[in-house]
Amino acid sequence: MQAKTSILSLPEEEFIHPGNRACSGCGLGIAYRIGLKALGKDTILVVPPSCLTVLQGLYPIASTKLPCLNVTFASTAAGATGVLGALKALGRTKTTVAAWAGDGGTGDIGIQALSGASERQENFIYICYDNEAYMNTGVQRSGTTPHGALTSNTPLLGKLQQKKDVPSIMSAHGIPYVASCSAAYPLDLYDKIRKARTITGTRYIHIHTPCPSGWGFDPKYTVKMGQMAVQSGLFDLYEIENGQFRLTGPSAKLMTTGKMADVEDYLKSQRRFRILSAEQISQLRQQIQTKWDGYRKALS
Amino acid sequence: MHIIESGNVAAAWGVKLSKAQVVAAYPITPQTPLTEKLSELIESGEMKAQYIPVESEHSALAVCIAASTTGARAFTATSANGLLYMNEQIHWAAGARLPLVMCVVNRGVGAPWTIWNDHQDSMSQRDTGWIQIYACDHQQIIDTVIKAFRLAETVSIPVMVCYDGYLLSHTYMPFDVPDETQVDRFLPSYRPERFLDPNMPANFNTVTLPESRPDLQGEPAPGYMEFRTLLHKDMRNALNTAADIEQAFSEAFGRGGDPFIEAWRCEDADCIAVALGSLAYQLRDVVDVLREEGIRAGVAAIRIYRPFPDEAVFRLLAGAKKVIVFEKALSYGYEGPLCADIKSALYAHLSSLPERPDVQGVILGLGGREIKTDDLVDVFRQSCKDDRASGKTKWLGLAQKQL
Ligand SMILES: Cc1ncc(C[n+]2csc(CCOP(=O)(O)OP(=O)(O)O)c2C)c(N)n1
Ligand code: SF4
Repeated sequence: MQAKTSILSLPEEEFIHPGNRACSGCGLGIAYRIGLKALGKDTILVVPPSCLTVLQGLYPIASTKLPCLNVTFASTAAGATGVLGALKALGRTKTTVAAWAGDGGTGDIGIQALSGASERQENFIYICYDNEAYMNTGVQRSGTTPHGALTSNTPLLGKLQQKKDVPSIMSAHGIPYVASCSAAYPLDLYDKIRKARTITGTRYIHIHTPCPSGWGFDPKYTVKMGQMAVQSGLFDLYEIENGQFRLTGPSAKLMTTGKMADVEDYLKSQRRFRILSAEQISQLRQQIQTKWDGYRKALS
Repeated sequence: MHIIESGNVAAAWGVKLSKAQVVAAYPITPQTPLTEKLSELIESGEMKAQYIPVESEHSALAVCIAASTTGARAFTATSANGLLYMNEQIHWAAGARLPLVMCVVNRGVGAPWTIWNDHQDSMSQRDTGWIQIYACDHQQIIDTVIKAFRLAETVSIPVMVCYDGYLLSHTYMPFDVPDETQVDRFLPSYRPERFLDPNMPANFNTVTLPESRPDLQGEPAPGYMEFRTLLHKDMRNALNTAADIEQAFSEAFGRGGDPFIEAWRCEDADCIAVALGSLAYQLRDVVDVLREEGIRAGVAAIRIYRPFPDEAVFRLLAGAKKVIVFEKALSYGYEGPLCADIKSALYAHLSSLPERPDVQGVILGLGGREIKTDDLVDVFRQSCKDDRASGKTKWLGLAQKQL
């Protein structure tokens, strides 16, 4: 096992310039900055339209110090495949290829290419940052928007369906590494991407990235929001390594202490959940309970 | 080396000789045997390339786009709905100025389903910023693929090599396979100036504003409109480059000819048929029949359709009294797209014309409707004799009673 990274051992080198076009308090900003440190200098990025395209800057100025290929919305994983294919053909096989896409670009429009690439076991790291809606086009629902959330196209009733579980879909492809992490726990995120780099095959990392603009909270609470999602057992941090499931960091601790925060605090602190009824909240509590019972059973 | 093989195999040999390094494709009839052949050549080690069997056409072109941006020579092929499914990527490849080559094995598009040949698929992609070249026989298919890579890499614009499904893709014809070392000399390996490289980080295909904007050194960088205008200009200049490449090819391989239009018995012709692909060769027989009847007929095969060789078209057609455009595609609600382009080329040079040739459009062969040479003779003869064309598009081979 690799040693855990601490704030003191985190590399100093930055791959993202100070000053970029993301909203203040954007969770993606944290995840991207730390994630690029973990990927390192010898990396080629593939990015579809999303808030990340905007964060990267406008031609001819870029905010990222790594080579990056912008691709069409549905083609991220195919783009990464093409980069890999060319690197192989050219004998430049040491370079890491990383796709970095939003939850809509991953779980909805891009899932066909991602599924195809995973089945072919393409040797790249796919990182999905999950801000739980289509933020770039103005907060519309995505497959990964949670039940009950208000978005600009579920404006009155909130999203009626459940959140699509993309890491499970990815795990079903039999890929060697699936991990979930949160922008609120950057060291855990860093270590998972570092670990992913040591593995061959398709690797999938799902990052929860709170979004002050889309979720409706004050930008200064981004980290707190991410932590509340994890502490309430709603968004869990884990790894699935060769099919073996393991809770990590704060989620592993939750399992041992059993001290779960009430999800209601998390829901109440965001405008997008303002119409949730007491009944819906207690249903969600129940769902979390059932999910954790399942974890307990599977891990015992 | 002379061999007798199908058009799809001719294309595959062209790709192999061009030393494409990444091939990605998705099956669709009648393209399938082409990419199957490539997978076989690559798996057996006869061709050194990465073959990537993707899960859709959208991904096939995405793979090629990314591979090309990374610095590899990339190839794909498709037909009909596969081509339409790529549409977003087709624009993207041209906008990104990537020298991809794609064979389009022409087939009608659904609905209703058809697998037979017409040109509606590639015609519908006419305005995507790709160079389009149409091949009339197997020799042209293999030669054009090789020339296409050199053209694409010289002008940084992707090229579609179009040829007729079944009529060429599945029929057998003798053709010469060029010598490998000669091809290597004609087509050196692909070395782009800029590619995805951690030692030279750059962001490719970034969001670009409408207006020009200074870079970090204060130098003005193109805005979106400048990029588009550059593509258009370079596309127009590609006509000259195509002519140079044709010349170099003829010198190296001892065959080839006019890069723009292949004319047959047009020197003294009053009445010239214009067509794309294999139909132009079928029309040669028709011309021979009419010549025996004393009608001075000729036929012109448009080889490069985008950029449109309007000056060459004008030069060839200016002396004719009649121009009859036979085509297997339709711009619904108007007329055949090639017919409209021919008229516009003549109109553009109107001032230097003593008399404007009369242009008649004929739509035929949609969805593989059989094109009988006898019918071609009848309609060609009639159109040559008509005093002035009605201006209305004619239909050939329609089951009239049903309409
Ligand atoms: C084919 C296509 N359809 C729609 C769009 C418009 N579009 C651009 S970004 C985006 C949403 C991206 O959402 P997500 O992937 O979740 O990333 P986020 O913006 O939330 O970071 C959409 C719908 C597009 N660019 N291409
Ligand atoms: S909308 Fe949300 S995800 Fe997008 S840049 Fe702003 S805070 Fe970040």
